[in-house]
Amino acid sequence: MSPTTHAAARLDPRSAERARGWARRAPLMPALIFMIVVTQLPFLFTIFYSTQSWNLVRPGSREFIGLANYAAVLTDATFLTAALNTVLITASCVLVSMALGIGLALLLDRGFQGRGVVRTLLITPFLILPVATALLWKHIMFEPVFGLVNFVLSPFGAGNVDWAAQHPVIAVVTAMVWQWTPFMMLLVLAGLQSQGRDVIEAGEVDGANRWQMFTAITLPHLRRYIELGVLLGSIYVVNTFDTIYMMTQGGPGTASANLPFYIYQRTFLGFDIGQSAAMGVIVVVGTVIVAMLALRLIFRSFMAGQEAMS
Amino acid sequence: MTTAAPTGPAASASRAGGGRAGTTGVPRRVGRPRARRRKSGARGIALTALTWGIALLFVSPALWMVLTAFKQEGDAATDPPTVLFEPTLERFGGVVDSGILPYLANSMVATLVSTSLVLLLGVPAAYALSIRPIKRTQDALFFFISTKMLPVVAVVVPLYVAAAQVRMLDNVWTLVVLYTAMNLPIAVWMLRSFFLEVPKGIVEAAQMEGAGLPRVLWSVMLPVMAPGIAATALICMIFSWNEFFFAVNLTAVQAATAPVFMVGFITSEGLFLAQLSAAATLVSLPIVVVGWIAQRQLVRGLSMGAVK
Repeated sequence: MSPTTHAAARLDPRSAERARGWARRAPLMPALIFMIVVTQLPFLFTIFYSTQSWNLVRPGSREFIGLANYAAVLTDATFLTAALNTVLITASCVLVSMALGIGLALLLDRGFQGRGVVRTLLITPFLILPVATALLWKHIMFEPVFGLVNFVLSPFGAGNVDWAAQHPVIAVVTAMVWQWTPFMMLLVLAGLQSQGRDVIEAGEVDGANRWQMFTAITLPHLRRYIELGVLLGSIYVVNTFDTIYMMTQGGPGTASANLPFYIYQRTFLGFDIGQSAAMGVIVVVGTVIVAMLALRLIFRSFMAGQEAMS
Repeated sequence: MTTAAPTGPAASASRAGGGRAGTTGVPRRVGRPRARRRKSGARGIALTALTWGIALLFVSPALWMVLTAFKQEGDAATDPPTVLFEPTLERFGGVVDSGILPYLANSMVATLVSTSLVLLLGVPAAYALSIRPIKRTQDALFFFISTKMLPVVAVVVPLYVAAAQVRMLDNVWTLVVLYTAMNLPIAVWMLRSFFLEVPKGIVEAAQMEGAGLPRVLWSVMLPVMAPGIAATALICMIFSWNEFFFAVNLTAVQAATAPVFMVGFITSEGLFLAQLSAAATLVSLPIVVVGWIAQRQLVRGLSMGAVK
């Protein structure tokens, strides 16, 4: 709170300040209350449900069982597989698309004929309905007989591989990398274009070669953008559901199920409200631990950006 | 729409030698010293060709999808794949006949109404958060961004139960509420960064002339921010249109959206590649166009305003 002004001090200083504080906060309140009701309230219910034995296919079965659901979930091998898959899919998708994104951004960071068209083309995969992207990769790219991937690979001796069935994780990650590379490219490109021209020129004057310029000047400058891309990408990708639902249904078996998909299965196919709520809570706890670190980093990065703007 | 850069052969020729596009589209500084430009000419052409080649390779799945949408089923499933065929619009007709229109209508309602709500709630909130950064402002900002970290699977169970209890399952307004909550944090962050950019001078000038807060907001700040608000709206539209998790779990027949329509193509038996491509193209088209329009603002929206 800022110190009270003289005008306000003449009245009752405390209530005047409080009134101004509320006036300033008032426009924020509808949004804040809405968000609390729609996101925090349900989560409190999730915590409550997680202590219940509650399966919708067994009516009247509902009772308090304490932490038994958590014990069941943490010893569930499928849950652990799904957790591992989540980490694997998220990490590989984010890292590969970031690497590709940096490459594409560097190519795009020069003036050339048709640059606008190329950029427009490159961002398109990000805009295509993710569900459509999943079907496109499953049925048109990875289709064993008529698919383009096997056609392109056939000179290298690849047969009729059914990618979605035989290598489900690779298939899913490929489709997701295709979808997320444009996002990384756009972020890195923004970073490249915010780079001061004078620094580059100074480097040129000093006789640095391209590689030296890239590692000593460009890469450190891009660090903030790369961190941001990895963080935001992870937030979005870790929640991926549509690609897995459409491409593999988590299969074969549970080979490609990630946590969102497995919890969905327990909820809407197993109707086990108690256990899926417990899984939800565990996922949130895990996310919070990672996010505490990430949020701090993100906040620093955001605030640095805001300062630079104002 | 896609005017990233050079407007004329002269400009592009000189900039091919290493000149950099300013963020405004106007080259800040053109080219390098003459002697070096010629040397990099051949190299520049090669790099341009390489960029085009890689870009086309990268988007080829999407191009192939669009191409396949214009094929007959017989031409779509050939081994090897063919690019020689007689284009037809029949598959698009087939998709419409299979009843996609109600799904598109639901998507349209969920997208447009939730986007309007986001702006209605988000603009005042962002304004409140952009004036005077105090501790509580930071807390509020922190709270908004933290909701994006909450995995949706952790709240879908109670949302499902609650919706069932108030008979709001399979209701498009349930989606409207959820999409508003999904996009509000992003919008607040993004709008805040636009508010911070409004020159303080014009706001102060208006206040000197005796304009009250509502008037300053309405006739001074909002006009300056109009492009930013439009960009925010476009970003929200992209996310809402593409949303699948809530749609597939909380809707059935009445309120299902375009992504849910696509689930019908999941079964492998009797799969029609051309029809699938036509449907995928059709449901993606509105957002692809919106995204192309918003491409300059896309990064800013996706990074919640962290990057210009």
